[in-house]
Amino acid sequence: MTGPAIPLSRSAGEVGPRTGAGEGAGGWIRTFAVNVLVAVGAALIGLPLVLTLYLSLFDEKLITYPPRGYTFSWYPAIIPNFGGPLLVSAELAGLAVIASLLLGVPAAIGLYRHRSRLSSAVAAFLLAPITFPDIALSLAIYVFLVLIEQLTTLEFVGFTGLVLAHVLITTPWVVRLCLASLANNDTAAEEAAASLGARPVIVIRRVTLPAMRAGIVAAALFAFIVSFDNLAMALFLAAPGVTTLPVAILEYLEYHIDPLVAAVAVAQMLIIGTALLVLDRFVSIAQVGR
Amino acid sequence: MSEAASLVLDQVSRRFGDHAAVAGMSLTILPGELVVLLGPSGCGKTTTLRMIAGFLQPTEGDIRLDGRSILPLPAHRREMGIVFQSYALFPHLSVARNVAFGLEMRRMPKPDIAAQTSAMLRLVKLQDLTERLPRELSGGQQQRVALARALAIHPRLLLLDEPLSNLDAGLRAEMAREIRLLQRDRGITTVMVTHDQAEAMALADRLVVMRDGRVQQSGRQEDLYERPANPFVASFIGGSNVLSGRLDVDRLVLAGGAAIALAGRYAAGDRRAARLPESEAEAGAARLRVHHQSAGRDAGLVGQERTACVIRRGPRRGRRCRCLLPPRSWL
Repeated sequence: MTGPAIPLSRSAGEVGPRTGAGEGAGGWIRTFAVNVLVAVGAALIGLPLVLTLYLSLFDEKLITYPPRGYTFSWYPAIIPNFGGPLLVSAELAGLAVIASLLLGVPAAIGLYRHRSRLSSAVAAFLLAPITFPDIALSLAIYVFLVLIEQLTTLEFVGFTGLVLAHVLITTPWVVRLCLASLANNDTAAEEAAASLGARPVIVIRRVTLPAMRAGIVAAALFAFIVSFDNLAMALFLAAPGVTTLPVAILEYLEYHIDPLVAAVAVAQMLIIGTALLVLDRFVSIAQVGR
Repeated sequence: MSEAASLVLDQVSRRFGDHAAVAGMSLTILPGELVVLLGPSGCGKTTTLRMIAGFLQPTEGDIRLDGRSILPLPAHRREMGIVFQSYALFPHLSVARNVAFGLEMRRMPKPDIAAQTSAMLRLVKLQDLTERLPRELSGGQQQRVALARALAIHPRLLLLDEPLSNLDAGLRAEMAREIRLLQRDRGITTVMVTHDQAEAMALADRLVVMRDGRVQQSGRQEDLYERPANPFVASFIGGSNVLSGRLDVDRLVLAGGAAIALAGRYAAGDRRAARLPESEAEAGAARLRVHHQSAGRDAGLVGQERTACVIRRGPRRGRRCRCLLPPRSWL
């Protein structure tokens, strides 16, 4: 947490002596202020996480402070209570990530290559779902899917509908992040590949996609988190037997307020955190190696 | 290795909306020749190169390689080696893989690719850096990789787009020499685009000066230097000062009354000594125009304001300097 404060204070300290004795104190105050700000920022982000972790170790049926003692026993209880929903959420998020990558990556390449007034309109349209309140969007999707179910004999409400809805909210992130990764792309590299005999498809596979690699990985991660964490869609679209983790947590909280929820939250943080670290490593290796 | 190809541009035009980036350009490039398209930015030289490469289709005209039109061919089937201003190396591939890229596209057997790649890298003296990534190389080294990558496929044509403009001055001369040697050695027909006349002078077999999408003049360095077709070419090729004034019978009267004596009659393109007067009037004048004395007399231009002669090197008061007389077409 103090990591970022060190280089900041050092650079401020270097300025200090040169500005003379009178302003030396000012430099010190600035350094101090920067450090305080960094500490406050870190605390704002870190404290809830630390408190959740702390809470998950309480040896109490009801959350009371101070606790009688501490225990790890909530963690083994996660799988029996939340194993099913965890799996559903993971499966859902996985499918949503794959589908939104399949849609969003080509869309980003297309939007990047053919820039016009129409393409910026399309780009704005593709981002629109982010700007909608989740709950309104999910209600609309629910009504829409029910309408379709009435017109056809297909069944959408349930897992299929959830996947479709999640693709809707994850695709904008994919498009956005992929477009960002293409922003400083060198089109000359693509032309160079073409001049060396690469067909357009090969150019995309061998040059464009590798250049987007970091963006695609970030997009996949964001899409996964957005989907995994989404409550609103599942509230409307979940069918019996299809309960996602956020819904399961909410339902659990109606009857129990115990540290198990905190333990689930920590587990979720660990899963996503690990994914982040692994992906980050994978991407940097991809950029350094090969 | 295949025989060097000849390239013909036949009345090629390219319009973007109402703007003609290239207008009716015709040019014949002989096998093995290195032709430099030279001109200020926006003159259409890069557009021309992109049309040859296949990244742009001309709106009119034809481009022929060895007598056959290449317009129906997409860029990836034109077999042209291109070196870009930004080098455009593949950032995720090692030096060797960059050079091998074109050979992989040709489905060459792996051992042949390896052999060809290392031969190319030896040629550009990068045999010790094969596993480096482009961003671990200096600008000059990246330039060499780009050149090796372009040459590895034995292209029918080598296209160089401002290949030296991102290098520092010292390296530029060295790279220019290397490019020239490689190009001569392989006898590959080459088109290079630049806005830098010194670069163009150093490298070219033939120069094509362009402006506003049109060819102003095409010829060898001496031709352009000694017999520039118009004031634009004269001022673009080499450091020069164009003097202007009122023509008297044997002298040029500059604004303020100072005069330059013009010696004798001379044919267009002759070099003669002219004495620059010591006078306040033209002391600060870097852009002056002098009349062609003989032409003035012949055409009865005495007393008129016309462009006439170009003085090479900066005119210094009281010094003799070389005075180059343009062709009569200017007058």
